[in-house]
Amino acid sequence: MAPSTNSLDRTNYLNATKGFRSWFMTIDHKRLGLMYLWSVIGCFILGGFFAMKIRWTLTPGVTDFMTQTVEQMNAYNNAFTVHGAVMIFLVIIPSIPAALGNFVLPIMLGVKDVAFPKLNRLSYHLWLIGALLFVATLFIGNLDTGWTFYPPYSTGHTDVSVITAVLGAFVLGFSSIFTGLNFIVTIHKMRPPGMTWFKMPLFLWAIYATAIIQILATPVVGISLLLLLVEKTMQIGIFTPALGGDPVFFQHLFWFYSHPAVYVMILPGMGVMSELFATFSRKPIFGYKSIAMASIAIAILSFIVWGHHMFVSGQSETMSVIFSALTFSVAVPSAIKVFNWIATLYKGSIAFTTPMLYGLSIIWLFGIGGLTGMFHSTLGTSVHLHDTYFVVAHFHFVMVGSALFGFIGGIFYWWPKMYGRMAEGALSKWGCLLSFVGFNMTFLPLFPAGSRGMPRRYAGYTEAAGFDSYNMAATVGAVVLAVGLCMALYSLIRSLKHGEKAPANPWGGVTLEWQCTSPPPEHNFDIDPPTVDDPYDMTLVEWRGQEEGFLPKNPRSDDPCIADIQKA
Amino acid sequence: MNLLNLLALPQSGAETFWFPSQASTGASRVDDLFYFIFYVSLFAFIAIVVATIIFSLKYSRSRVGIEPEDSPHHSTKIEIVWSVIPALFMVAMFWYGFKDYVDRRNPPADSYQIEAISQKWSWTFNYPNGAITTGGNPAIDEGEGLVVPVNKPVVIRLESTDVLHSFFVPAFRAKMDAVPGRYNYVWFEATEIGEFPLYCAEYCGSKHSRMLATVKVVSQEDFDTWVVAAADDSDLSPEERGKKLFGAKGCIACHSVSGVAGIGPALDSLYGKEETLVDGTKVAVDDNYIRESLLDPQAKVVEGYANVPMTSFAGQLDDDDISAIIAYLKSLN
Amino acid sequence: MSTTTNDHGHGHDPNRPKHLAHHFESLGQQFDSGKLGIWVFLLTEVLFFSALFVAYTMYRSNYPEVFQYASQFLDTKMGAINTVVLLLSSFTFAWAVRNAMLGEKSKLMLNLLITLVCAGGFMGIKYVEYSHKFHEGTLWGGNESTIFKADPADVPAEMKEHSSAWNNTDGKYSVAVKDLDPAFRQKVGVFFGVYFCLTGLHGIHVMIGMILIVWLLLRTRRGDFGPTNFNAIDFGALYWHLVDLIWIFLFPLLYLIT
Repeated sequence: MAPSTNSLDRTNYLNATKGFRSWFMTIDHKRLGLMYLWSVIGCFILGGFFAMKIRWTLTPGVTDFMTQTVEQMNAYNNAFTVHGAVMIFLVIIPSIPAALGNFVLPIMLGVKDVAFPKLNRLSYHLWLIGALLFVATLFIGNLDTGWTFYPPYSTGHTDVSVITAVLGAFVLGFSSIFTGLNFIVTIHKMRPPGMTWFKMPLFLWAIYATAIIQILATPVVGISLLLLLVEKTMQIGIFTPALGGDPVFFQHLFWFYSHPAVYVMILPGMGVMSELFATFSRKPIFGYKSIAMASIAIAILSFIVWGHHMFVSGQSETMSVIFSALTFSVAVPSAIKVFNWIATLYKGSIAFTTPMLYGLSIIWLFGIGGLTGMFHSTLGTSVHLHDTYFVVAHFHFVMVGSALFGFIGGIFYWWPKMYGRMAEGALSKWGCLLSFVGFNMTFLPLFPAGSRGMPRRYAGYTEAAGFDSYNMAATVGAVVLAVGLCMALYSLIRSLKHGEKAPANPWGGVTLEWQCTSPPPEHNFDIDPPTVDDPYDMTLVEWRGQEEGFLPKNPRSDDPCIADIQKA
Repeated sequence: MNLLNLLALPQSGAETFWFPSQASTGASRVDDLFYFIFYVSLFAFIAIVVATIIFSLKYSRSRVGIEPEDSPHHSTKIEIVWSVIPALFMVAMFWYGFKDYVDRRNPPADSYQIEAISQKWSWTFNYPNGAITTGGNPAIDEGEGLVVPVNKPVVIRLESTDVLHSFFVPAFRAKMDAVPGRYNYVWFEATEIGEFPLYCAEYCGSKHSRMLATVKVVSQEDFDTWVVAAADDSDLSPEERGKKLFGAKGCIACHSVSGVAGIGPALDSLYGKEETLVDGTKVAVDDNYIRESLLDPQAKVVEGYANVPMTSFAGQLDDDDISAIIAYLKSLN
Repeated sequence: MSTTTNDHGHGHDPNRPKHLAHHFESLGQQFDSGKLGIWVFLLTEVLFFSALFVAYTMYRSNYPEVFQYASQFLDTKMGAINTVVLLLSSFTFAWAVRNAMLGEKSKLMLNLLITLVCAGGFMGIKYVEYSHKFHEGTLWGGNESTIFKADPADVPAEMKEHSSAWNNTDGKYSVAVKDLDPAFRQKVGVFFGVYFCLTGLHGIHVMIGMILIVWLLLRTRRGDFGPTNFNAIDFGALYWHLVDLIWIFLFPLLYLIT
């Protein structure tokens, strides 16, 4: 029997150096990726707490509409604002690109690190500062603007907590820009010999498309938020109607970023999906080029659809019509991707591992999230559904059901590489199942609640309005969802001690990260460059049993794994 | 909520699983479009889910073994088919949505126009003949609400005195933001007599969820009688009429009567006092000063409020109205 | 950027240049990466300013007469001097790149120093301009002491000397200010809001550039740069040219409206 391709007992990136400083001041992309991962999970718990607070307030029978006090309403308004802002700025936007992308991208490219490792560390430190500013917001005042910070409410009618929140979002924006910049340069300049653009793993295409959005859209929201700050502190007058400014102008600037930002959330999730479906069908991804091109198309088109958030804002009718038409154009590449994933399953050999279960869930969830998007791009229906719970349900299906499930699926997929342990088991699979069921229970009822007229951001509703049953179902669903997510997290943490040791390639992936040991050595590969081939030619590896996982059929004499082992 | 009704089409405008009853001419068009997209989506959704389930069962690793048989990696033909067909459906959706939208944005020429002024957290409706109503949700206030005649196109001119609000009547499928500093319009033609909820759909602060009102649709005859009676406030005392105007003209949005200065100075216990102006001179708040401030607000601006010019109400208030407002301010002492 | 990355491991190869970071294959790759990085960064900078340019375009096309009127309060002479100063600094920085490539350390120091002095001069002139505006109260609409409520007769005599607008003997502007209707005054405030945001943001970039130049000077003195290692100077110069370029747009757009 060959020596193990698990390096937990040898020097690896986790145990090479020790101490707080060795992590906090590291420039190793893998350690930064892990720090992002745990920080994001921490913020997710914070955002989740506020989500439960929202659901609790809206549960029929908990608060009586007639006797609800202003304090209670303010607390609710604070809860949905903090929930939205934390989940978007601190969780979903950095989740896959910053956490998984940082960990995986350089290894997938067979290089030692991203192009600018110190800039990468700066991104993380900026992220931390942004996160701290958000946490500070919780203590400074009652942030209640909604995550969109629309003036003139945010600038003239609420307290100073807007300042820290906006400053936090501004700093996080720079973190995001630097991460995107790093990834773009790394992908352009550091691909190994033989890896042409069309031999790149689809996850990298997705990250690349995401990075384009990050660098092009984020500066615009950065300056808009800065202007909002100046407006709030000095009444500069650009957005305040009382001073001659135009509040709708802010909405344009804000959505010019925030709509593409939706794709910053979903594109990497789609990238994870492509990896999962290829690996766990043990078959090349169907229509590689169209998936890759669809990612780029989505990134580009995402910039010209922002006006569909403003159909009822008073923007000109002509603009609304144009934005409606353009919005549909984004739907086509999204649909193509779904069809390609399903076609990948055809005649495959499908393994129902935990990551794949998340992948399969996403077909359902993204199916609903994507298709309900069409009700919003169609002008006639969009006007009625705008700012109702129909929208709330729609974007949760996309951002949670697709992006977040993609993130969790990705964590389970690369977990063996990160920690050298398998998190597979009944627990993790039940976690996925419960999350899926709970999620649907929470958000499906909100569609009819919305189309029947329940507006968003309402701290309460009368019984006569008839929204009780939907909200009851949603609250029950939210509890199931929370239990499912806790189980998933517990199964991960538990595996750190009790999980089976993972081989270099437990799943049968052919992308380069499966060529180094689990966990990887400090510089990813000791022999470079690693073998670059078609990233989805599954015949390159063969199953050698539980202990060894998948191994190359024709190993190179200087195969990195083998070299690592020999060194040991 | 009966899940079996999920697929049911509306029967003669009645309430369905998805929608409240259709109470305007536009409602059925929105719903038809909704159901068109809904059925197309449902078909697509079932297709992808069924395909996923069938493939998952048929090609599971436990069934086919670890090495799958060979299958094509791409097929230009099939990829074009599944790109073009959805695209065609989307073109149809866009087209009908666009036509519907354009019709619903352009009110007929003979429409009846009502001004809706929004402020935190209430609506005020001004009718062309001077009638004024507010709110109307029984849970919130005793206002009469927005009263409109049935089968008559009504244009609402939306204004806001403070932050963004949005006029949303689910039964009419009508929605439009009220933006400070500009006028937005929304129109509808009610087809059903009855009362329908009116929501504020754009977040506007603490009591956003309580910015509820009611649209009351009445017959044309009832409306004609009502609107004349509503405009006649001869039975009100001057103080009451002043209070009504103070709310209806949006004064309350900037001038509180609770002692706390808002965008403008607070106006309670002000009558008869002395104010310091921007140029340092003092002025007594008397009938003439109030009158001048309403008609030419920039003439004597109180210190500290130079940058928030008040709009002039010249032409909007007649002498009786001004006297009524003065009487009301006096009564606050 | 990349040049700040020191070797942190794998220093086995004695032929490996000492300023080649561990994760790059060659100096060429390192330079190309840095170059692409700085260009992408400059693109984000352009986009960062873009929203303000859009604000400018929107409000100017909405209120052309307001912008024309308000622009007269800006001191064209100072703006023009600043344009020349910045152009000179761009020239010396470009020269500095050449010096670094040729390994001319003392000339490099000199050119960087001139650039720094020019940048300081620019900020100095900007300070003079700003302080006049604060004294005169030609400020944005929401500011308490904004001019648009003040009577020109109250403007102190020594202030009138500073601004061509106040100094106008036929009294055209001052009379006009006094008689402006409130809506017009308010929009003049919007012009100054845009003016202060644009020039303020640009000024912040100049200051960041000055810090950058000081850092480059220190590294030059240490002898970091030479024919094979001039990336930092090169990239710094690119940033500086962008800052210069933005001013080239700002000057006519704000000062020269007729």
